[in-house]
Amino acid sequence: MSSLALALRPLEFFFAQYRRVWRGTAVSSVVTPVVYLLALGVGMGAFLGEIRFRGTTYHYFEFVAPGLLAATAMQVAAFEASWPVLSAIKWSRQYHAMLATPLRVQDVVLGHQTFIAARMLMTATVYLGVIAAFGAVGSPLALLAIPVAVLVGLAHAAPLAAWAAHTETDQSFVAIFRFVVLPMFLFSGTFFPISRLPAPLEALAHVTPLWHGVDLCRQLVLGAVTPGSALVHVLYLLAWVALGFSLALFTTRRRLVL
Amino acid sequence: MMTEIAARADLRARPLPRVGGLLLVERNAMVYRRTWLILFSGFFEPLFYLFFFVYPLQEFRSVDVALGGRTLEYAAFVAPALLAASAMNGAFYDATNVFWKLRYGKVYEAMLSTPVGPKDVATGETLWAVCRALMYAAAYLVVIAALGLVHSWWALLALPACFVIGFGFAGAGIAAVTWMRNWQDFDLVQLVMLPMFLFSATFYPISVYPEALEWLVQALPLYHGISLVRALTTGTVGAFQLVNVAYLLGMGLAGMLVASRRIDGLLLT
Repeated sequence: MSSLALALRPLEFFFAQYRRVWRGTAVSSVVTPVVYLLALGVGMGAFLGEIRFRGTTYHYFEFVAPGLLAATAMQVAAFEASWPVLSAIKWSRQYHAMLATPLRVQDVVLGHQTFIAARMLMTATVYLGVIAAFGAVGSPLALLAIPVAVLVGLAHAAPLAAWAAHTETDQSFVAIFRFVVLPMFLFSGTFFPISRLPAPLEALAHVTPLWHGVDLCRQLVLGAVTPGSALVHVLYLLAWVALGFSLALFTTRRRLVL
Repeated sequence: MMTEIAARADLRARPLPRVGGLLLVERNAMVYRRTWLILFSGFFEPLFYLFFFVYPLQEFRSVDVALGGRTLEYAAFVAPALLAASAMNGAFYDATNVFWKLRYGKVYEAMLSTPVGPKDVATGETLWAVCRALMYAAAYLVVIAALGLVHSWWALLALPACFVIGFGFAGAGIAAVTWMRNWQDFDLVQLVMLPMFLFSATFYPISVYPEALEWLVQALPLYHGISLVRALTTGTVGAFQLVNVAYLLGMGLAGMLVASRRIDGLLLT
């Protein structure tokens, strides 16, 4: 069997499992994003009205909605790559079961990451549909924001999965969500241009993969693409995915095989 | 013979002073000495919202908010709302820990084999959750006062106000967990708490909403908490704040009453 086909087997498992629990995740992957969009997009938009961004006037909702798309992808990815990965190693031990078959570590990790990507694909599609229904889509290029959201998700899911395969307990996840995910969600350019941050924070925001995702989604949905910076964003996100994936392979192999 | 009777008489249950609730608070404080980091980290959440969201947003699109005939800068408008929300979160999420103690830890079963009764459990857990809410609220209040976001001496009453908010949500939270069957039910809790946090006139005035929605928002308990604290820190106190207090106290009392009955039933059957 080719190696890609091998990775399909864990993917099939995660989908079979998902068919039984999808109702619970419908809350986190559909309702929660829509609530954020209504509260911080529509409500905040009604309050703030029009804003100036890169020389053009937009309604605040148009500005914030694509950013929330990327930020949501990050949140879904963070949940999917933390507890489920540790659980598959430590509590329910699905990784152990998989590795007792001809599957190799790279198949298991790739299969799980593909499943996470598929989850984000669903969320991002629903999300873009909602944004379009509110009339905040400025260009057909917006469709490209869906794969970009998946990329943003993987840029966070892969490194976090690497950590989840390394850590012994789930205590660190609470700290990661509170001290990394929440601040990133707030300051990575979703709600305001990062140039409004104090200089050290602005520099920090430039390093976060989320800011690159937010800006890229915004360019695509508003239809104001700058090819040079868009390319930089894609490459930067891909670098995080590649780095995270290699790390995840390393930590998972060390935990389960050696 | 006489000594045996005397010894038996000594073993008979004597009426105990009603300190069962306080014993439970002491027990929780001892447990948290080991996981103080979790306790401590909750303090940062409102600060993150303030420094990473409110201030930069105010830089980006400077908006003033009219409240009770005054004009407020945006940060002074949102800061008290975050205070109310942190009191709510401190109390409510602590109260949901009761679920673990009730279903998995079997903590209360051990307690009920002592003179501590179900009513003590309900009051004790509520009291502890309120303590936690007050710790967050006090620390955060000092920070926003230092930032100059407090505009009135009424703000001294913000701490008792957070006590009321904490009490309301702790009572409601403990009552709610007695109906929970499994961890998946916590998704439903999230489904209520997140929209409540975002929609209760937290980040913008209630006038943004259409009228029908305005009524709906005014029915939310957090709206009353925010309205109360905001009136105190901005010095726009009116008769409506009595409604806020009554609403939250009523919610807390009803919750505690329901909780002690339900815990009684759950533990004795």
